[in-house]
Amino acid sequence: MPERLWRKPLDTEKVKQPKAEIHIITDQCKGCGFCIQFCPKKVLEESEDINARGVHPPKVVDEEKCVICTFCTSVCPDFAIFVVEKSNKEDDKHD
Amino acid sequence: MTKKEKFLSGAHFMNGDIACAEGAIAAGCRFFAGYPITPATEIAEHLSQRMPEIGGIYIQMEDEIASMAAIIGASYTGLKAMTATSGPGFSLMQENIGLAVMTEAPCVVVDVMRGGPSTGQPTLPGQQDVMQAKWGSHGDYEIIALSPCSVQEMFDLTVEAFNLAETYRVPTFLMADEVVGHMWEKVIIPPIEKIRLVNRKKPNVPHEEYLPFMPDDDLVPPMACFGEGFSFHATGLTHNERGYPQTQSSEVQERLVKRLCEKIRKNTDNIVRFQEVMLEDAEIVVIAYGIVARAALSAVRKAREEGIKAGLLRPITLWPFAEKKMAAVAKQAERIVVPEMNCGQLVREIERVAKEKPVTFLPKLGEDPHTPMEILEAIRRNS
Amino acid sequence: MVQEAAHPLSKYLRQAMMPHIWCSGCGNGIILNCFVQAIDELEMDLNKLVVVSGIGCIGRAAGYTNTNSFHTTHGRPIAFATGVKLANPDLEVVVISGDGDLFAIGGNHFIHAARRNMGIKVICANNFNYGMTGGQQGPTTPLEAFTPTSPYGNIEHPFNLVHLAAAAGATYVARWTTLHARKLTQSMQKLLQKQGFSFIEIISPCPEIFGRHNKMRTGLEMMEWFKKASVVEHSSDPAKAEITRDKIVVGEFIDIEKPVYEKLLHEKIQAINHKDEE
Repeated sequence: MPERLWRKPLDTEKVKQPKAEIHIITDQCKGCGFCIQFCPKKVLEESEDINARGVHPPKVVDEEKCVICTFCTSVCPDFAIFVVEKSNKEDDKHD
Repeated sequence: MTKKEKFLSGAHFMNGDIACAEGAIAAGCRFFAGYPITPATEIAEHLSQRMPEIGGIYIQMEDEIASMAAIIGASYTGLKAMTATSGPGFSLMQENIGLAVMTEAPCVVVDVMRGGPSTGQPTLPGQQDVMQAKWGSHGDYEIIALSPCSVQEMFDLTVEAFNLAETYRVPTFLMADEVVGHMWEKVIIPPIEKIRLVNRKKPNVPHEEYLPFMPDDDLVPPMACFGEGFSFHATGLTHNERGYPQTQSSEVQERLVKRLCEKIRKNTDNIVRFQEVMLEDAEIVVIAYGIVARAALSAVRKAREEGIKAGLLRPITLWPFAEKKMAAVAKQAERIVVPEMNCGQLVREIERVAKEKPVTFLPKLGEDPHTPMEILEAIRRNS
Repeated sequence: MVQEAAHPLSKYLRQAMMPHIWCSGCGNGIILNCFVQAIDELEMDLNKLVVVSGIGCIGRAAGYTNTNSFHTTHGRPIAFATGVKLANPDLEVVVISGDGDLFAIGGNHFIHAARRNMGIKVICANNFNYGMTGGQQGPTTPLEAFTPTSPYGNIEHPFNLVHLAAAAGATYVARWTTLHARKLTQSMQKLLQKQGFSFIEIISPCPEIFGRHNKMRTGLEMMEWFKKASVVEHSSDPAKAEITRDKIVVGEFIDIEKPVYEKLLHEKIQAINHKDEE
């Protein structure tokens, strides 16, 4: 739970922060850099690897920081990255 | 005639343009996009009145380029579509005629020819667009063009044009002239159930297996339309059978362009029509089309009365050119006389096929088509 | 992080045609992305959707969308789309094309379709040049910009496309840049649900050609320009919606209701045939 919240919403315990699952289709990336530059949480950076197109696709720095704003998904011109909410099969067992 | 009558079956006295419009309606045309141009304007005006009566669409587009594009769009959405124009508009349409050829969109284009070139003589006849019908757009292609010589034929050949367009998925041209377009004659419109109509072949495969440009044995692909569940792509770029652009492949270009040409060439015998008058033993053969053929017919009859063995061959199909028939006539005749209202267009094809046989060309430009006397004098000089 | 999963929007794309031909950093891919997202969110019946495009880089978009699609001659998608829409008004007809195709050679068709309030939707990728043929100047090239056909700087005033569309009679007019991906998707949804002639101008980066000639060599530099200069001014006067180095006015300018052509035609046909029955 983020510590800066000094007023706790009443349903804090019930609401689960969505966990991101970032998919990068590396060989489809053309290395424009939009997802890296415009991610509000700076979750991505350029990787060292070179893909089939000869460019450096992005890599995830910290998937936990992703808030699933899906901006990377929308701003990618090459359909090379998308974010989905990780399915909570294990967490659901506790309810 | 009340508005309730959708089809004007019966005998009528009408002008060529109106007969053409009624022919389109009888053929099942339900989309017309056009632009006013003398001497074809009456076709648009008549259809602007009739189309809403029969549940069809009439729209006056902003120019002839748009008209041609719109009829291709309507054709691809399943309607039989037509536009009508004259020389200057015909020139504007050429690029999109190429698009219709390349995307194999059935449609009918009426050109009521007038004096050219350029703005020319808008209210007077000409036969100056004959070559343009065949060669007007860039690239290699084949089309079908018909030439009416009477108001009755303005009706009949418009129906035939639609049938040919639907059969071969090709733009089909009705090359009329200002006189045939504006003259008034009796027209017999048969009951609608007696008129032979052809509709485009539809695919009979599951949606996912449909290849929009995969031909049958007759070289014509079955045609699906937008909204029928076949999600296909069509483009003016060189494309494969799936319709996807293939602009780097010589093999695909050759296969496609050759098929578009062969589609018509291979089926020429089924397409070509002509009229023969007193041709069996003719030594002097007059070859004429459109309004000129009317005078030629009169001249040939008078010549026969004078003992000259004259005959008339009237091409009803200008393109594809009736090679076989022309060759046979050239073999049989001693001389050929070709009156045209231009500086020499169809005569070039005739000369090409006639080879060594002497061909006398009789040009006429301006207000009046050839008179029977002018053609008779040419027959006499050549007999 | 999983490597091999399929993109959730891939069903809207013709996989056999992918990857697309567009350069790295080109905005066309974003436009396509937002478009298929909008279709997805609206759960549109793809069988009823027809995408028509003209000639140009963005013109390839019709081939990439997994719908009924047609790629016309240069400048003519709107005229073709008119034929489609009138032949079957139940179809949703969307024209996706570029600034040169729609407003130079195709300008006449644009203004008349807008004037008629024909129920077709027009999405314009404005990248300030004729990208496909090498970056020549076009009707939206900014003053003093360098292109292969304005090597000393462009001396022609560019069109203000949203002003033009509004003046011609469009019922929905918006402008976004490819950076405003989410707003763009929302605008596209509005466009798709609108009845009359609707238009969205999308300022799109062409870094390989236009950008390179004008000191913005990468897609990132162009998108940073959009970020710095864009200002959202909804419902402001489209005549004043300028595009300069310092200011790009975006937003939804026009959203009005006006009788649609197809509806007027249908009513006329009904009236004519009703009169006969009396």
